[in-house]
Amino acid sequence: MNIHEYQAKEILARYGVPVPPGAIADTAEAAEAIVKDLDATRFAVKAQVHAGGRGKAGGVRLVATAQAARDAAKELLGKVLVTEQTGAEGRQIRKVYVEAAENIDRSLYTALFVDRQSGKIALIGAKVGGEDIEERAAKDPDVIGKVLLDLHGGSSAAMEEFAAWLDIPKALSSDAVSLFEGLHQAFSDLDASLIEINPLAITKDGRLVALDTKVTIDDNALARHPELADLRDDDELDPVELEAQSHDINFVRMDGNIGVAVNGAGLALATNDMLVDAGGNPANFMDIRTTATSLEISRGFDLLLNAPNLQAVLINIHGGGMTRCDTIAEALGIAMRRTGRKVPIVFRAAGNNADFARTVLKNCGITFTDARNMKDAVEHAVALAGGGKRT
Amino acid sequence: MTILVSKDTKVICQGITGRTATFHADRAIAYGTNLVGGVRPGKGGTKHLDLPVFDKVTDAMKETGADATMIFVPAANAADAMIEAIEAEIPLAVCVTERVPVLDMVRVKSALNGASTRLVGPNSQGILAPSICQIGVMSTVHAQPGPIGIVSRSASLTSEIVAQTSDVGLGQSMTIGIGGDPVHGMGFVDSLELLLADEDTAGIVLIGEIGGTEEEEAAEYLAANKIKKPVVALVAGVHAPSERRMGHAGTLSAFGRGDAASKIKALKSAGVIIASNAAIVGQTMADALKQ
Repeated sequence: MNIHEYQAKEILARYGVPVPPGAIADTAEAAEAIVKDLDATRFAVKAQVHAGGRGKAGGVRLVATAQAARDAAKELLGKVLVTEQTGAEGRQIRKVYVEAAENIDRSLYTALFVDRQSGKIALIGAKVGGEDIEERAAKDPDVIGKVLLDLHGGSSAAMEEFAAWLDIPKALSSDAVSLFEGLHQAFSDLDASLIEINPLAITKDGRLVALDTKVTIDDNALARHPELADLRDDDELDPVELEAQSHDINFVRMDGNIGVAVNGAGLALATNDMLVDAGGNPANFMDIRTTATSLEISRGFDLLLNAPNLQAVLINIHGGGMTRCDTIAEALGIAMRRTGRKVPIVFRAAGNNADFARTVLKNCGITFTDARNMKDAVEHAVALAGGGKRT
Repeated sequence: MTILVSKDTKVICQGITGRTATFHADRAIAYGTNLVGGVRPGKGGTKHLDLPVFDKVTDAMKETGADATMIFVPAANAADAMIEAIEAEIPLAVCVTERVPVLDMVRVKSALNGASTRLVGPNSQGILAPSICQIGVMSTVHAQPGPIGIVSRSASLTSEIVAQTSDVGLGQSMTIGIGGDPVHGMGFVDSLELLLADEDTAGIVLIGEIGGTEEEEAAEYLAANKIKKPVVALVAGVHAPSERRMGHAGTLSAFGRGDAASKIKALKSAGVIIASNAAIVGQTMADALKQ
């Protein structure tokens, strides 16, 4: 679960992470009032959307007066912001965060995440922060430094050394160590999967300040954090994908014309690859979990059948373990009864109850192309959707 | 000689009284797995599926001589169950549970450090040595004994590839589902080490997908290893829909690796045969073995 910058800053401040003073506004008037309350000479008005790259995309405005803050907020609120991380559809700005702008001497980068290889918490950093950090690291991996921490933290000596590697002046070394310790404590208390401070600024008057913060909470741990439930912002999620999630279905909308349903993420990825290679254009990615009931799966099919450009449906099931092909056939039967839409269906079933699944579909009165392997299934679907390899 | 398990492997099930666990324990027994008991705190002394239930893994091991456990404990308590199995020094633990919080796995990883237990999973479909032993939830419908070792991050794709390697007349020596979570027990490299040394395994199928760097690490391991066997790899997710991103750390964490192109390039340069799509993996392996 992603949370907004203003929420992340409020939480991290409780862990002693220095952040500029600021407040959240959903109207231009509120933004103006915040500036009047802040003791500073310059202010930042920042669009609150769940994506990076806001600065480059014009989502962060620097202003000097309350009136200018009001104008900036007016411009930003309601606007759709497209950044390199939002995708082409962008995000609507519903709130702006207004904070005191700092006089920056240097900008650094730092982040915490779980390192897959070691199974420890990685604290990484770079001497120079900013939105182009990935390009710079791609050219020169040595731009990024890394320290591995245990769940209960690392030695302050290691953190001190890391601060020195980041060229943080000696006078700020102990501040840097407590900042890293605060970030680590927050990471483990919140069950975070990511905390990113970019930039981490050293101000002209010699303070360390977290200017922008991103925090992602591990979805698998949300059940034990009822206190974080309020931070969720459903406006940031795709309504179709949100609906799918509520039925325990992993659904990603795409812009093609072939609706696709597969059991399991790996087989779904592989099916998607084959479809695209064959010249097909998937309308979605839908992965049916092993434990899903026919009613839950039918809700996923409802969403799939709702895609605007739908020309064909491809269902690829390899039933094993608890997954039975007939459960999925039954779900399709339910969804086809609910929709008025006529669309050609390619059904490929193997493994548990595959024959029975085909019988279930026939009994539901559904006509379908009966494919017996992945290659046939994909080729039929692409042909029915009017696509195919360009010759 | 099979790797990891044999006909004599004595298996217990942690969380045996749950609905999913009961279903799969029953399936394992029907398949011929030597299931000797279960663990469920508070239910020690009772019976389930006609098997003795114990409060603790250590009790179960002492009474039954169990040397493997399959863990079906719900996500909230799965890490504690894995750590209990590790501390009891059971040789093999297979954790099927999905959605285990990642920081719990940081705890499990630290418990594994220097321990004698081999952990498979979590979020693993399990391991299957056809006609010998099945521990987990994987499909057995198309499995048959044979010379191909399969190691995979994906359960559903494994079912597909198991079926293909059977269809071309080969069959499997062992299939290992290392699990789909970022932090987990045995990985590709550990599995390859076992499969390369196993004389019943003539060829290896590696089923990877985008994310993480285990495929790249597997490639480095294969390139450096003296034992050579045909290895066919499938990397799923070449055309995956791009995820919405939050910041830069996701990319920086893999240091320029982790995408399908990087994995395919690394595996190719290590002499691995890349199956260009999921439908031809079985045939690609059959062709490779003929050469």
